Amino acid sequence: MSTFLWGVLPYLCIASLVGGTIWRYRYDKFGWTTRSSQLYESRLLRIGSPLFHFGILLVFVGHVGGLVIPEAWTEAVGVSEGLYHFNALLFGGLAGVCTLVGILILVYRRRRTGPVFMATTKNDKLMYVFLVAAIVLGLWTTLVSVGAGSEAHNYRETVSPWFRSVFLLQPDVAAMEEAPIQFHVHAIVGMLLFALWPFTRLVHAFTAPLHYLFRPYIVYRSRDARGTGSRASRPGWSGVGTSDRERR
Amino acid sequence: MRVMAQMGMVMNLDKCIGCHTCSVTCKQAWTNRAGTEYVWFNNVETRPGQGYPRRYEDQETWRGGWTLTSRGNLKLKAGGRVQKLLGIFASPVQPKLADYYEPWTYDYQTLVEAPLGDDFPVARPKSLITGENTKVTWSANWDDNLGGTSQLGHLDPLVEKVRRQSEDKIRFELEQTFMFYLPRICEHCLNPSCMASCPSGAIYKREEDGIVLVDQDRCRGWRQCITGCPYKKIYFNHKSGKAEKCTFCYPRIEVGLPTVCSETCVGRLRYLGLFLYDADRVTAAAATPDEGDLYEAQLDLMLDPNDPEVVAAARRDGIPDDWMDAARRSPVYALAKKYRVALPLHPEYRTMPMVWYVPPLSPVVDLLASQGHDAESRDVLFGAIEALRIPVEYLAELFTAGRADIVTGVLRKLAAMRAYMRDVSLGRDGDPSIPAAVGLDEETLYEMYRLMAIAKYDDRYVIPTAHVERAHELEELGCSLDYDEGPGMYESGPFGEASGRPAPVAVETFNALKQRQTTDSATSSEELRGRVNLLNWDGNGTPPGLFPGNERGNERGTDRGTEREVAP
Ligand code: HEM
Ligand code: SF4
Ligand code: SF4
Repeated sequence: MSTFLWGVLPYLCIASLVGGTIWRYRYDKFGWTTRSSQLYESRLLRIGSPLFHFGILLVFVGHVGGLVIPEAWTEAVGVSEGLYHFNALLFGGLAGVCTLVGILILVYRRRRTGPVFMATTKNDKLMYVFLVAAIVLGLWTTLVSVGAGSEAHNYRETVSPWFRSVFLLQPDVAAMEEAPIQFHVHAIVGMLLFALWPFTRLVHAFTAPLHYLFRPYIVYRSRDARGTGSRASRPGWSGVGTSDRERR
Repeated sequence: MRVMAQMGMVMNLDKCIGCHTCSVTCKQAWTNRAGTEYVWFNNVETRPGQGYPRRYEDQETWRGGWTLTSRGNLKLKAGGRVQKLLGIFASPVQPKLADYYEPWTYDYQTLVEAPLGDDFPVARPKSLITGENTKVTWSANWDDNLGGTSQLGHLDPLVEKVRRQSEDKIRFELEQTFMFYLPRICEHCLNPSCMASCPSGAIYKREEDGIVLVDQDRCRGWRQCITGCPYKKIYFNHKSGKAEKCTFCYPRIEVGLPTVCSETCVGRLRYLGLFLYDADRVTAAAATPDEGDLYEAQLDLMLDPNDPEVVAAARRDGIPDDWMDAARRSPVYALAKKYRVALPLHPEYRTMPMVWYVPPLSPVVDLLASQGHDAESRDVLFGAIEALRIPVEYLAELFTAGRADIVTGVLRKLAAMRAYMRDVSLGRDGDPSIPAAVGLDEETLYEMYRLMAIAKYDDRYVIPTAHVERAHELEELGCSLDYDEGPGMYESGPFGEASGRPAPVAVETFNALKQRQTTDSATSSEELRGRVNLLNWDGNGTPPGLFPGNERGNERGTDRGTEREVAP
C-alpha cells in the first residue's frame, strides 16, 4: 500500500498533470480561460478572489521553500530549525487562513448568487471539493504542529526528502511512511488535485500573464502569419455551446 | 515613415433614421449565441442619452483609454502594467451586467399551453441569466428617441459637461431639445487601449488592413480589455469566458464585400475604404499635449496616396498596387481629409479611432424649420450655427474634445452644400460665393455633394480584396472546404459548455447556403442545432423544432419531401 501511495501514485499524478496539460493545450485552447463570473457578481468577488489568490500564491511559495530546499541548505546559511519552523508556521498559517477565508467567500458566492451558481459546472464542483480539502488538510497539519509546540513533527526530514526523491526517480517511500497521518492525507489530496488540474478551470494559473510586463503595448500580426481567427476545428473535442441557457 | 493600410468607416449622421437595422443584422450575423445575448457589436444610441453601456463615456468612473503622465508620455488610464497585474484577480473597474442590461426572453410556451380559462395567458419575461421571472427595467435602447430623457437626460456625461461649461441649460422640453442618432461599432483604433490592456497579448491589429481582432485561442478571460476600451466595445462572452468584439466583418471585407452593418444600412450612410497612415508617428500623435489638437494630429497621420513620396514608401512597405489604387479612390479619405467633414469619435481618449462621423446638421435644420425659417438659405443656416451654441458644443464634446470651432467649420460646409445645391437643383446658377465662404471651390463642393448625397454603392464602398496569391491562406475559404465534420456537435464538453474549439465563422453559413441551394427539401434542424432560426428558414415544409412537441414528445408537423421519420 505504501509503495503504491508514495511510489506509484505520484507518477500517475505527474503523468496526468503533464500529459493532460499538453493535451488540453493542443485540443482545447478555446476552453482555456478563467471563466470569470464577475459580470454576474462583483462585490463578494472583489473581497474573496484577491484574498484567495494572494493567499494561495504565498502558500505555493511556502511549499516550494519547504519541499524543495533541503534542510541542510537553510542551516548552512544559519537559519535554525526552530526559527525556520516558527516562520513557516506563522506565515504559512496566515497565508493559509487568508486562502481559506477567501475560498469560503468564493464558495459561498458560488452557491448563493443565482447566476453564478447556474454557471457552475460539475467540473467546478469536483475541483472545489479537492481544492477546499487540500487547503483544509494543509491547515490541519499546521494546527497539529502549533499544538505540539517544539515537539512538532519536522516534515523537512520526512515529507521533503520523499518529495525530492520522487523527482530523482527513486522514491524514498520509507521516509514518507514515517510522517504522521495528517501529512499523508494532505499529500494524497494534493496529488489528486494536481492530477485533476489540467481538466479543470485551474489551468488558468499556468498561463499567468507575466509576459505582460515585457511585451510592447501594440501588437501587429500578419493575416498570413498563421491564419487569423478561426481555423478548421480539430476533431477530438466539442465546439462552443450555443444553445440558450436551460430555462426552468 | 512606415506606411500601413487601415480599413476605415465614415458614418454620415444626418442620414441616420435610427431604425436599428444595422444592430439587428449585425446581431444575427455575429452575436446570435448564448453568452452574447447582451453583446451589440453595433449599437445605435440616441444622443443626448446615456449610451450603451450606460454612461460609458464617463472615464472618471470607467477608466478607459489613455492619459498623459506628467512627463507627457502615454499611460493607460486604468494604470500601469504592474498595477494592472496586481488587480487582476478581481478586476477593479468592470461594468456589471446591470450597466448593460439583463437579457431576457418571453415564456411563449404558456401562450400555447395554457388551459382554457377566463384570463388571457400572458408570456412572462424570463431572465436569460437566471432563468427566473424578471422585470424588464432597462435595455440597450431604453432611452431611444429621448425616451425618459426629461428624467434621465442629465445622466448623459456629455450633458453634464456642457452644462458645467455653459450657463445655458440643455433643455429637454420638446420645443428646445435636439436629438440625433449615433451608431457605434468598434473603432479599430490605431492606438488601441484594449490591446495595450490585454495581459495575454491576445488582441492584435492585422498588419494588412488594421482590423483589430481577439485571438480566441489566446484570450484567457482576464477582462482587462473591457476596462481598457473607452468605447466599451469589447464584451465578455459569459458562456465561453472570452472577450469578443466587432470583427469589421473581416471574412466579408477580405473578399471585397462591405460589412453587414454597412450593407444593410437603411439610410445608406456608411462609407468604407482605406486610409494610409504613418505607423511610426502614431504614438507621438496620440501623446499630443493639448486634447483639442488631437483631431488635427490624427488627421496628420493620414497620408495622401497621391503624394509621390508616400507612393514610394508604400511600395517599399509592401502595399500592393491595387490597394494603392483603392486608397486613391477611398471615400473615407476624401471625407476625412480632403473635404474635412468627418470627425473622430472622442479623440480625447487618445486611441486614434478609425470610424469617423460627419456630424449632423439636422439639429440645426430641424430647429429652424420648426420655427418657420428657411432652413436652406445660407445666411439663415450660418447664423443659426453661430446662435445655437448648445447643439454645437454638445457635438464638440463628442467629436473634437470640445473644440466648437472645428465643429462649426464642418457644419458650415454642410450648410453651404445644402444652400448651393438648392439653387442648382432648382435650375438656377450656383452661387460661387457660397463655397468660397467655406473655403471650397464649386467643383469640390459638387464632388462632395455627389459623394455625400447621391452616394452610389460603388462610391460608398471601395474595398480592395485580400490578395489572390494569398487566397489559400484565407482561412475562411480554406477551412470551409476542408472542414469535414461541419457544425453540429455542440453539446458541452467536460470543461463546461464553452470548451472545445470554436466553429469557423463562415462554416455555418457556407454549409447552410450550400444545403439550401442544392436541395429542395426543408433545411434540417441539425444545421441549426435544434433551434429554428426563422431568418434561415426557407419556407420549405415544417422543420422539426418549429412547433413544440405534443405530450408524447413527438414533433408536431411533418417534413414533406424528406425521408426523415414522420410523426405518427
Ligand atoms: C497566478 C496567477 C493567477 C491568476 C492571474 C489568476 C486569476 C484569476 C482570475 C482573473 C479569476 C477570475 C475571477 C472572476 O472574475 O470570476 C480566477 C478565478 C479562480 N482562480 Fe485564479 N489565478 C491565478 C492562480 C490561481 C491558482 C494557483 C489557483 C488555485 C490553486 C486559482 C484558483 C482559482 C479559482 C478556484 C477561481 C474561481 C473563483 C470563483 O469564481 O469561484 N487561481 N483566477
Ligand atoms: S474601439 Fe475597438 S480598437 Fe479601439 S480600444 Fe475599443 S475595442 Fe479596441
Ligand atoms: S441601419 Fe443605418 S439608418 Fe438604420 S440605425 Fe443603422 S446606421 Fe442608422
